[in-house]
Amino acid sequence: MSRIRERFKVLTGRGEKALVAYITGGYPSLEVAGQMVLGLAECGADIIEIGVPFSDPIADGPVIQTASYQALQGGVTVAGILEMVQRVRQQSSIPLVLMSYYNPILQMGLQEFCYQAARSGVDGLIVPELPREESLPLLQAAEQAAIDVVPLVAPTSNRERIAAICARARGFVYCVSVTGITGEREEINTDLASLTDTIRKCTDLPLVIGFGVGNANTARNLAPLCDGVVVGSALMRLIIGDSFDRAGELVREIKSAINRQ
Amino acid sequence: MSIYSIHALPDERGYFGDYGGRFVPETLMPSLLELEAFYARLKSDESFQEELNYYLNDYVGRPSPLYFASRLTASLGGARIYLKREDLNHTGSHKINNTLGQGLLAKRMGKRRIIAETGAGQHGVATATAAALLEFDCEIYMGEEDILRQGLNVKRMELLGAKVNPVYSGGRTLKDAMNEAIRDWVTNVDSTYYLLGSVGGPHPYPMMVRDFQSIIGRETRQQIIEAEGRLPDYIVACVGGGSNAMGIFYPFLNDGGVKLIGVEAAGRGLQSDKHAATLNCGRPGTLHGSYSLVLQNGEGQIQNAYSIAAGLDYPGVGPEHSYLLKSGRVTYTTAHDDDALEAFYQLSRVEGIIPALESAHALAEVIRLAPALSREAVMVVNLSGRGDKDVDSV
Repeated sequence: MSRIRERFKVLTGRGEKALVAYITGGYPSLEVAGQMVLGLAECGADIIEIGVPFSDPIADGPVIQTASYQALQGGVTVAGILEMVQRVRQQSSIPLVLMSYYNPILQMGLQEFCYQAARSGVDGLIVPELPREESLPLLQAAEQAAIDVVPLVAPTSNRERIAAICARARGFVYCVSVTGITGEREEINTDLASLTDTIRKCTDLPLVIGFGVGNANTARNLAPLCDGVVVGSALMRLIIGDSFDRAGELVREIKSAINRQ
Repeated sequence: MSIYSIHALPDERGYFGDYGGRFVPETLMPSLLELEAFYARLKSDESFQEELNYYLNDYVGRPSPLYFASRLTASLGGARIYLKREDLNHTGSHKINNTLGQGLLAKRMGKRRIIAETGAGQHGVATATAAALLEFDCEIYMGEEDILRQGLNVKRMELLGAKVNPVYSGGRTLKDAMNEAIRDWVTNVDSTYYLLGSVGGPHPYPMMVRDFQSIIGRETRQQIIEAEGRLPDYIVACVGGGSNAMGIFYPFLNDGGVKLIGVEAAGRGLQSDKHAATLNCGRPGTLHGSYSLVLQNGEGQIQNAYSIAAGLDYPGVGPEHSYLLKSGRVTYTTAHDDDALEAFYQLSRVEGIIPALESAHALAEVIRLAPALSREAVMVVNLSGRGDKDVDSV
């Protein structure tokens, strides 16, 4: 069983929900990012999503754009991120999911990328602009390397699409809470109950909600609908502001909010 | 194979051979599929074609003339040179052909808001124009660098009622404007129509924009037969994203005797990193929704392009061009900033026509080629836009 499935099994056994914490790989440096992965795990994060910086992050809001840009200016490479993952993996068994746009994966080669990622200790992969129509080559490469490709389902996805997406899903299903890009939001107006209900009917995999989850309150409201939430931009905003302690606190707050259901 | 079994392209997945496809967030996929189906119906809808033709004739001023440039021909002393005068269209470039087509489509889809990216501002102006005419709310994304060098077009867009949103990320040019337009689109996908200006982006855009622009080639074909009694030997067009080139090339793809030449911006030289010669120097990759040639580093990070012509300053290119390069049907050359500038001045003085700096790249190739050709050879160059917007940057 993959580390991701195993983690969800343990959480389910304890009656807990998963907190997926996103950080941009290589921001402010690979070394600090590696320490943050371990630190956030200690604060209660259950899965860490590590963003591979890309020059043109069309699915990301201003906060992650800034972090990605700075990381690239600092010379971060895919190989560097995988080395960081390897160092983290020696000290922790927390599930690690890479979030990468498709082109950096393509340029390394799908098989090579999946092989290297798996060897470094990566468990899953999220590619935000790879819809199911284009995903078969990556799914095949990832399956060979035993990496879970976690698909995104959006508020605009109809039932037919959701069924097709879920049929090829591994690890968990990432339910995008709003039409839009990553970033904190005051409120989430999507009819998530109906969307998550449709996803549940299509798969037994854990369902995680992301995009727009920036505080304990939002997370608490979403928790009954899902098996976990992703917090990204809110964390990165604190990290960019050098508030590392506050980032740790935010993880604790959200973890405690989603568990108290 | 006959090249236009190519006329059957793209395939049902939106591919031209290896290139094309749809690399967008799931949020946009249902909307793209809807657009594809809607466009397929409109293509054979006579009332839509009639409506579009009405606007193209009475509003844009089509057909645009195919002008025999006798003085340029005489001064170069070789091939007979014809200019396809897209610069005479309303708004001053070929971009209006596409924005009216997509604008009328968006209207029938019931959209109320349109957004677009722009580099030189020509597509932005053409979009803002269609928006004013067809009663859409309109927002245009434009890199700050381009806003500085194409101030006239910013003013025009604002006069037409559009909101121009400056983009400060990356190199602050067309690539970055397109990122921001896509972010707006994914956020407002229900209410908003993304009016893409080039033959790039996810399927069905490359096909749709090509179809709307191919009016250029269809007219050229008829006009050159009337003027010369035969097809031309060469057709030359500049290539940034590639819409004017695709528009004039497309109806000639099956005419093996017609040499098709696309001209990319070599900027300050292909050996420098200051150019926009994607087809000459790029490698396959994904950018802005399609798989095509891309200027990128070994890590798959997209490079900032450069050209004196803001409309060519883009590190990607439409997937059908990548296909036509690979198939060998089209030859893609380059022209430096300086060559384009020289052509800009030359056409202004010899013919009394100030070309857009983008189109001046195609002219530079003509100036290079024509003297060595026989006086019976016939060349057509797509004069895709006029140069008023560039008077402050030359």
